[in-house]
Amino acid sequence: MNAKADFSPDVLLLDCPREAESIKRSIRESLASKLHRRGLVVGISGGIDSSVTAALCAEAIGPDRVIGLQMPERHSADDTMALSSLIADHLRIQKVLCDITPTLEAVGYYAKYDEAVRSIIPEYGPGWKSKIVLPGIDEDRAYTLYSIVAGSPQGVLIKKRLDLRSYLAIVAATNFKQRIRKMLEYYHADKNNYAVAGTPNRLEYDQGFFVKLGDGAADIKPIAHLYKTQVYQLARHLGLPEAIISRPPTTDTYSLPQGQDEFYFSVPYEAMDLCLYGKNHGIDVETLSRHVGLTPKQVLGIYKDIDKKRSTTKYLHMPPILVKAIPEISY
Amino acid sequence: MTNFEAEIHRFIADKFLFGDDKKLADNDSLLEAGIVDSTGILEIVAHLEERYGMKVDNDEMVPENLDTIANIGAFVKRKIS
Repeated sequence: MNAKADFSPDVLLLDCPREAESIKRSIRESLASKLHRRGLVVGISGGIDSSVTAALCAEAIGPDRVIGLQMPERHSADDTMALSSLIADHLRIQKVLCDITPTLEAVGYYAKYDEAVRSIIPEYGPGWKSKIVLPGIDEDRAYTLYSIVAGSPQGVLIKKRLDLRSYLAIVAATNFKQRIRKMLEYYHADKNNYAVAGTPNRLEYDQGFFVKLGDGAADIKPIAHLYKTQVYQLARHLGLPEAIISRPPTTDTYSLPQGQDEFYFSVPYEAMDLCLYGKNHGIDVETLSRHVGLTPKQVLGIYKDIDKKRSTTKYLHMPPILVKAIPEISY
Repeated sequence: MTNFEAEIHRFIADKFLFGDDKKLADNDSLLEAGIVDSTGILEIVAHLEERYGMKVDNDEMVPENLDTIANIGAFVKRKIS
């Protein structure tokens, strides 16, 4: 790779007014010319990505044509409802509440999840909380091996590596959440002749941090090309509430608070963004390491991890494979 | 090829390649060949533990032990000897 003498974190500085207008124009044109739908449904969690997506949609087509779907469940963070209501009210979009706890219970998610955790941590029981985590950046990461962390009501934490059966059981069960939410987004979209806006940022989209046919499904993804750092810049430009902007990124998936750097990415998003940018633009590890507070060896490990994740999550992006081409239908 | 390597070769060819082992060489990196990912490693470990009655510790789940059929064969031989 080549050194870039002028590389700095400023490479991610966005011309916010221009970018916002470009995205809004694309939203309008997509709805009118490609999707032929009258408005947009956005699943809102109070997080930065869904908030910026909803804001761009509301500014693009008017708040009366955007529905913000709030879909909390038993393990949602305590501030999810307050913050998702805050952004909906701030944007003056319609908000619709669909608590998915009963649906998750009906498909057996909570029972299946608890059984999988108990198979590894027998002490896990009522009142316990849990999350899955990755090894830290300094640990050998040839293989991405998840561990389960369970916390007792007394605050005792137990951490154990997930074996094949428990890992697959936990992932399969947890994926219910994203798929049920998407099902509800499309219900409201169909009912209103609207389309569904997905909310991934570039890091999530690039690295496969989504559930196939869950949060990975959408008709349009307005911020998928933006690094998370840039999403925050747009949030400020769009004047979103400070409480939304200052909320730490979370997966909001497990009962124990879990940062995205514990679950999927090895380091905080600011460093990951620069690493992804550096990878995409051929920045050498020595140059990048000076700007992200990591050693060259750690940066090299992250570069390799980026490639590995792209490879292993390729199938999440793939449309259905046709055994034989159907030339009359191709997009 | 040892007996362990032959069995592991058959397992990987069957489990991951649906019997098509034309591109499966015993000293090729399974990771780099795109045959096995991190979930696949868990499948290999589960197979070794069940087939050979061995326990694979966390710190043994490294490429030196698991990334080629030859490495896996040598690892199994060490563990059960």
